[in-house]
Amino acid sequence: MTVTASTSEARSRPVQLWLVVWACALAVVLAVFLLQDRLPWAVNYPAGAIVPVADWVSALMSLIKSNFSWLTRSITAVLSVPLDFALNLLAKNFKIGRGADMVVLPRLSWVGVCIGAFLAGRAAGGWKLGALVGGCFLYIALFGQWTSAMLTLGLISIAVPFCIVTGLFVGIWAWRKPWAERLLISPALDLMQTIPTFAYLIPMLLLFGNSPVSAMIATAIFATPPMVRATMLGLSRVPSEIDDFSEMAGCTARQKLWRVLLPSARPTLMVGVNQVIMLALNMVIIASMIGAGGLGYDVLLALRALKVGEAMEAGLAIVALAIALDRLSQAIARNHAQGHVYQEVSPSFWRRYPNLTLAIAILAATTLLGLFVPAFAAVPKAITFTTAPLWKTAVSWITINFFDTIEAFRVALILNVLNPVRAFCEGFPWLGAVFLLGLAGYQLGGLRLAALVAALTVFCAVTGLWEKTMATVYLCGISAFIACLIGIPIGLMASRSDRVEKIVTPVIDTLQVLPSFCFIIPVVMLFRVGDVTAMIATVAFAVVPAIRYTNHGLRQVPPALIEAAKVSGCTKRQTFLRVQLPLALPEIMLGVNQTILMALAMIIICAMVGTRDLGQEVFIALSKADSGRGIVAGLAIAFIGIVADRLFNAWTAKARARLG
Amino acid sequence: MADTTEQVPHAAGMPNDARPIKLACRNVWKLFGANAANFIRQRNGKASMADVAAAGLVGAVRAVDLEIRQGEIFIIMGLSGSGKSTLVRCMSRLVEPTHGKVEFEGKDLLKISDGALIELRRHRMGMVFQNFALLPHLNVLENIAFPLGIQGQDRPTREKRAREVIELVGLRGREHFYPRELSGGQQQRVGIARSLATKPEIWFLDEPFSALDPLIRREMQDELMRLQTMLHKTIVFITHDFDEAIRLADRIAIMKDGEVIQIGTPEELVVNPATDYVAEFTRDVDRAKVISARSLMRACDGTEHGGAVAPDAKISSFSASIVSAGKPFAVVNGTGKPIGEVTPQAVIDLLAGIERPGAGA
Repeated sequence: MTVTASTSEARSRPVQLWLVVWACALAVVLAVFLLQDRLPWAVNYPAGAIVPVADWVSALMSLIKSNFSWLTRSITAVLSVPLDFALNLLAKNFKIGRGADMVVLPRLSWVGVCIGAFLAGRAAGGWKLGALVGGCFLYIALFGQWTSAMLTLGLISIAVPFCIVTGLFVGIWAWRKPWAERLLISPALDLMQTIPTFAYLIPMLLLFGNSPVSAMIATAIFATPPMVRATMLGLSRVPSEIDDFSEMAGCTARQKLWRVLLPSARPTLMVGVNQVIMLALNMVIIASMIGAGGLGYDVLLALRALKVGEAMEAGLAIVALAIALDRLSQAIARNHAQGHVYQEVSPSFWRRYPNLTLAIAILAATTLLGLFVPAFAAVPKAITFTTAPLWKTAVSWITINFFDTIEAFRVALILNVLNPVRAFCEGFPWLGAVFLLGLAGYQLGGLRLAALVAALTVFCAVTGLWEKTMATVYLCGISAFIACLIGIPIGLMASRSDRVEKIVTPVIDTLQVLPSFCFIIPVVMLFRVGDVTAMIATVAFAVVPAIRYTNHGLRQVPPALIEAAKVSGCTKRQTFLRVQLPLALPEIMLGVNQTILMALAMIIICAMVGTRDLGQEVFIALSKADSGRGIVAGLAIAFIGIVADRLFNAWTAKARARLG
Repeated sequence: MADTTEQVPHAAGMPNDARPIKLACRNVWKLFGANAANFIRQRNGKASMADVAAAGLVGAVRAVDLEIRQGEIFIIMGLSGSGKSTLVRCMSRLVEPTHGKVEFEGKDLLKISDGALIELRRHRMGMVFQNFALLPHLNVLENIAFPLGIQGQDRPTREKRAREVIELVGLRGREHFYPRELSGGQQQRVGIARSLATKPEIWFLDEPFSALDPLIRREMQDELMRLQTMLHKTIVFITHDFDEAIRLADRIAIMKDGEVIQIGTPEELVVNPATDYVAEFTRDVDRAKVISARSLMRACDGTEHGGAVAPDAKISSFSASIVSAGKPFAVVNGTGKPIGEVTPQAVIDLLAGIERPGAGA
């Protein structure tokens, strides 16, 4: 036997071994499933053995509530000062005194804010950006959403600086102390970002009541992780020579951090700031359920009353706000990344900050004018217009003319796809799932991963949430699958043609900044409530990473390798299948991973349109303020996400290591 | 020049150098791996490469002994992975050596407090980096003034000094440019200016010209020589380019696998390479530019001389005239007394690369 033959045999053996192992494992699970009359405890988790984790959590929360109310009250009191100021300034007017002596100081004039937004956009990215940002604000004003939008903006404007400062300090701490990062910060960040947004609301509601403050705290917790990550990443990416330089210049530890490392990391930090803003907007919308008010509350009210027209209008205002904030903060981040352009240092404030001075002057002038001319204070009714009837008519028209088609599509989907998969998932033996996932964990990442994955799966079962967990897995799985089925081919086309990429990129950029709430509205207009709506909204929300990572992964394949393939006489098809795809696969899998996580986040929000899964569990807990139930269900959702994420990451890491 | 630190007679690489020792490494080790400090202490600072490997350690710097004299350009030459960057970082304590002593003017640098180290770095050491290490958020003026700001100097003082060094490195008119707006050569001029702003006594240059194009590199080497004739710093210069080392060095230390395998003037390395490895480097060197009359001379045998040269004169400086004269040249010392002679034949042999027993050194 030659040497090459023996090595290749030695290399292929483990793969075959794993095939056998998997075949055996599947056979065992099938046997358990078939023997479910004999072994009922292995299929459905016995009700008698449920661990009452939910009750424990409830008890803990009420203990905290009763013993630390002084703390939560003082936090509320402190935080409400800046928050009230921002809300009054932008939306509510200042009211000083009571009753007859009440003096009302007006809020900022809408005209002034629109012009200010325009100036900010122009300063950051030229006339085009100015027109876009100013236009978005004007749109909000003209469509009669001004007060709600300003409430939302006020909350964001207080929550975001808070997130940035906290994230910066936590990130610095994690960067300084690797043990803290490994043991504390990283797991906490993972958990914070995979726990569904709803689940945050429950403890906040319990501790801080139904108020903008609790909405703000929930927002701050949800939106801080990207800043922490950006700080850690930015600091670790500073070239080691710059680090050496700061030592050689004789910097003390503090000088080094604040004057060398953080400024050098500024481009990465600004990316973090952009993410914080977008997450905060997303969360503020959802936090309308616990008293944030604003645009989210309008959507929520309209959806509950099934007023699709109003919901759509408020939703579009959210879209406008999201686009304005995103483009503005991205442009600012880009300016920072490119560094400054030389400006003569000038002593006067006006010369140094012409745009800021102008904006302040205009805001002051228009607000003062508002005292005399009502049109400046509030958007006059005469110039606003509403599109709600239009949307309503459109929906009615579609419903009347296409009811049969839509209904047939919906029913066919439910009968042929959703229900069978659902039945399969819900009937899946829990012990079998623990076993198979553990096995996958062992194959991909060794004993530790296997233990983690199995433990998290067991948690879902022993808390008595197995059936709902599987209902979530089913809907999330189908949605993610369809999202990949749509997204990967689009990504493929985008990677092959610059023209397609040019069309696709702005679309997915916009899809990505939209708060998850907005996806439900148009779908619910057509498909009413139910699993189909949830699925379609989730697919629309989760398709972005599948497209983006596929495109990116394929475009990243070094051109030299493609040339090498061509020179060796590969056809286009062979080049793609044998060279491009294997090299891009880790990146594509990363996209799939992201798609699954996004689908999971979205599925939970879809509880609002009547799904029956863990999301519904959280939703019910929220309405009953049952913290234990909500938190446990939230953890179960987070654990699904963590299991999927860890398995995919381990797999990707393995594939990467093989490619070198 | 405002920057002149010490006036030292420029006696390049002479044996029995009388200048004081500025910086010395005494049996310096840097080992990576578990328990490296114990390993080397138990062996009293002695270990072979095989010992190190057997203990599962990686020896980045091994048993380095060297002395750098005031006003000298000392070059550490080695290929990538030879440990030269780690060694220079041990000298400035950016990397903590595992074993040994680093003496700065006779004081052990490894024993001084953090505060004293910061003081030392602020006022007496300067460093230039391969990839410039300029701060991207500051302009040229602010970058150069940065180390002074760290010391606590006020803005007018530090900007005045920054403008002086900007003038010195020929960057006038670029004060308000940002690093990304400058070419590589200009960026390194900023790096050089920044390291000179604090008037350091010892100047570490870590492959300063390796990231530059060959033409710019040559220009910057000339620039460095120009600065050195004015400033007389003690320079520790890292490079992987032997030609660059020969062009600039008073003395060269050649490193391989973490060890210094030979220290000497360019001429000593070319004439007496310690190992085949060194000989390999010196093979393609233009010998006429390195070897001096002293190495090529023989005792006078009474023939008439066509001219006279100093013992330190490089062969290339008189090769054309000696060959056209066709007569030996006398080698005369400072008092004008002949100490030997160089024959045209020896020069021709050297230029043609012919080895003749008995000729030359």
